[in-house]
Amino acid sequence: MTIRLGGIIFGLVLVAILALWSLFPGAYSLATEEPAAKPDYYAFQEENIHPAGGFSFDGVGGKWDNQQLQRGYQVYKEVCSACHSLKYVAFRNLEQIGYNEAEVRAEAASWNVPGIDGVTGEATTRPGEPTDYFPSPYPNEVAARAANNNAYPPDLSLITKARPDGSNYVYSLLQGYNEPDPEDLAKSPNFEPSPPGLYFNEYFYNINIAMPPQLYPDLITYSDGTEATPEQMAQDVAAFLTWTAEPSLVQRKQTGWFVIGFLIFATFLGFMSYKQIWAGKKPKKK
Amino acid sequence: MSFAWAKEYEPKSDFTKWIDEKLPLPRMVYNAVGAGYPVPRNLNYMWNFGVLAGFFLMVQIITGVVLAMHYAADTSVAFGSVEHIMRNVNYGWLLRYAHANGASFFFIVIYMHIFRGLFYSSYKAPREMIWLLGVVIFLLMMATAFMGYVLPWGQMSFWGAKVITGLFGAIPFVGEPLQVWLVGGYAPNAATLNRFFSLHFLLPFVIAGVVILHIWALHIPGSSNPTGVEVKKESDTVPFHPYYTAKDGWFLGLVLIIFSAFVFFAPNVLGHPDNYIEANPLSTPAHIVPEWYFLPFYAILRAFTGDLTIPFTGIVLIEAKLLGVIAMFGSILVWFFLPWLDKSPVRSGSYRPLFKKFFWFGLIPTMIMLTICGGMPAEQPWVILSQIFTAYYFLHFLVILPIVSQIEVPKPLPFSITQSVLGEDDTDGTTGGSGGAKPATETKPLADGDGSLQPAE
Repeated sequence: MTIRLGGIIFGLVLVAILALWSLFPGAYSLATEEPAAKPDYYAFQEENIHPAGGFSFDGVGGKWDNQQLQRGYQVYKEVCSACHSLKYVAFRNLEQIGYNEAEVRAEAASWNVPGIDGVTGEATTRPGEPTDYFPSPYPNEVAARAANNNAYPPDLSLITKARPDGSNYVYSLLQGYNEPDPEDLAKSPNFEPSPPGLYFNEYFYNINIAMPPQLYPDLITYSDGTEATPEQMAQDVAAFLTWTAEPSLVQRKQTGWFVIGFLIFATFLGFMSYKQIWAGKKPKKK
Repeated sequence: MSFAWAKEYEPKSDFTKWIDEKLPLPRMVYNAVGAGYPVPRNLNYMWNFGVLAGFFLMVQIITGVVLAMHYAADTSVAFGSVEHIMRNVNYGWLLRYAHANGASFFFIVIYMHIFRGLFYSSYKAPREMIWLLGVVIFLLMMATAFMGYVLPWGQMSFWGAKVITGLFGAIPFVGEPLQVWLVGGYAPNAATLNRFFSLHFLLPFVIAGVVILHIWALHIPGSSNPTGVEVKKESDTVPFHPYYTAKDGWFLGLVLIIFSAFVFFAPNVLGHPDNYIEANPLSTPAHIVPEWYFLPFYAILRAFTGDLTIPFTGIVLIEAKLLGVIAMFGSILVWFFLPWLDKSPVRSGSYRPLFKKFFWFGLIPTMIMLTICGGMPAEQPWVILSQIFTAYYFLHFLVILPIVSQIEVPKPLPFSITQSVLGEDDTDGTTGGSGGAKPATETKPLADGDGSLQPAE
């Protein structure tokens, strides 16, 4: 019986290196060291569950609620757009949430977009066209930081895809400016109130967010007469930002049903022909 | 090649006869994946994943070529051009989601294909070359997938590229200049993105070329099978078409249903939300994690936390980072030696009781745990778990497998494939028995002329 030794020796040496130089010190430190200190805000995020918005587009059969998207657009326009850009969305896209061509044209014209003076060639602004994209409130990041206590308001086009469970996260975050939960506070002996310029928000990743609370009752007057409660506005704008992040979301789900339905049918046919073709080659059941 | 009873291509019409004389391409296809290729009749569903891998390679190439028509590989516009695809290109969202999830499904089917090979020892003689080419394909796939993930130029794209290209910096002496040369700078930049796009477009066609060699090498000995007993006669085989085209066909439909469920209803669950934030060299994400299919190898990379030193002198022989890099590349390169590490003459794991235990209770849990550890932050207990399972990974291939293959007493093999399917095999008049798939022979198996194990006759 010959056992080839080369590979075995190589393997043992490699494992020995790992064991002697990493594994044993690692085990020693695991046994002796205190576990890494949890941040003070740990208790607030222990469950890390933010409430769900209960959106019409949730689930496999979800659909847009155009009324809600239009309300959400109004919230963005009148509140968020003061600081946040929406650079991947064009005015023409608003037709997808139920505005007709004339309304889109009027809506675009209500925004000022960067332009060039036709005579002097100098930079200026002009009313938007449907083909224009939503303008940024600041000319650049430095200006944005200068106006916002050195915080940079992120572009909102993709925000609900750029955060885990984004739609519900935006919905929760906008309503998360509450007093710290006493139970969590008791578990956080080192808790300190938010430094100046930051605001306590239990759904933000380190509980201190630079964005001040925005939504107050009747902050805006909805054009469809819906009562503008903070919860209503948070849900509407979260829905709108879900649409901006993925305008094809509902079309995608509807296409999915059609495709999967066809595949189930085709696979069933394929399976039946497989059974028939193989019938003669399978052992007979006794 | 092929078996004597393989059907021969017979052109029927004048046109196909004319083609066959000038360029016998239909004949080649007929012999490769048509009725001219006899395949063991007892293949189980684990043998479907090769065809599926070829299918997903085609999905990636077709969706990828169309995406490339709309994508721009420039750091200032790459992220925006992906959003342009998602918003303005007709069914661009479908193309991109199919391509992104197609990569994941390509790796899923490839991992199933590799584990099939590991359990049924598809790497053993006379099929070593098929296995070696397969490992080459896997390495090319990893390079292609890594570079593809950089193209959207999101946060994970940039920081993943930075971490992985940084690995080359660990190579002694030439590391840093090599890294700068590969990246085209000190950190991923416009030059990096451009060359990654170029290579990401090129490599799939290289993969397709190696796949052709892989299939060519397969057709010399023919497909392996779950018993590991070689084909002996015509009743052991069925023609690839229609038998396995039908079986692969309906199974492909099943996999496509699952694939569609991801593409249409959960297209982003396998990705990372941070990649919808444009790359920012000044802002490091909290946890940099690679795509899920790289996690086991990422865990091996991070398992080495201590420098290799001469004790009590403080002289560093090999830095921890380099050890990790060696181990990560070694964890795949070791597959190249598998045909010679596993000396057991029995191919199929089904007839190897000891091997089977180490496979199901050693290797498989190790791969699952390494995948989990790779996705976790580098803190305890994940560090020590990565180390334990990394140690087992190398022990398994380099120590356990060679020893097991020497000391194990395999179970008796069936006389033939036909017997294993039908329970009896008339033509050779053996005592096949009526019930079990395995004959009640007590004889210790003997090695056949080609080194494979055949039952005593």
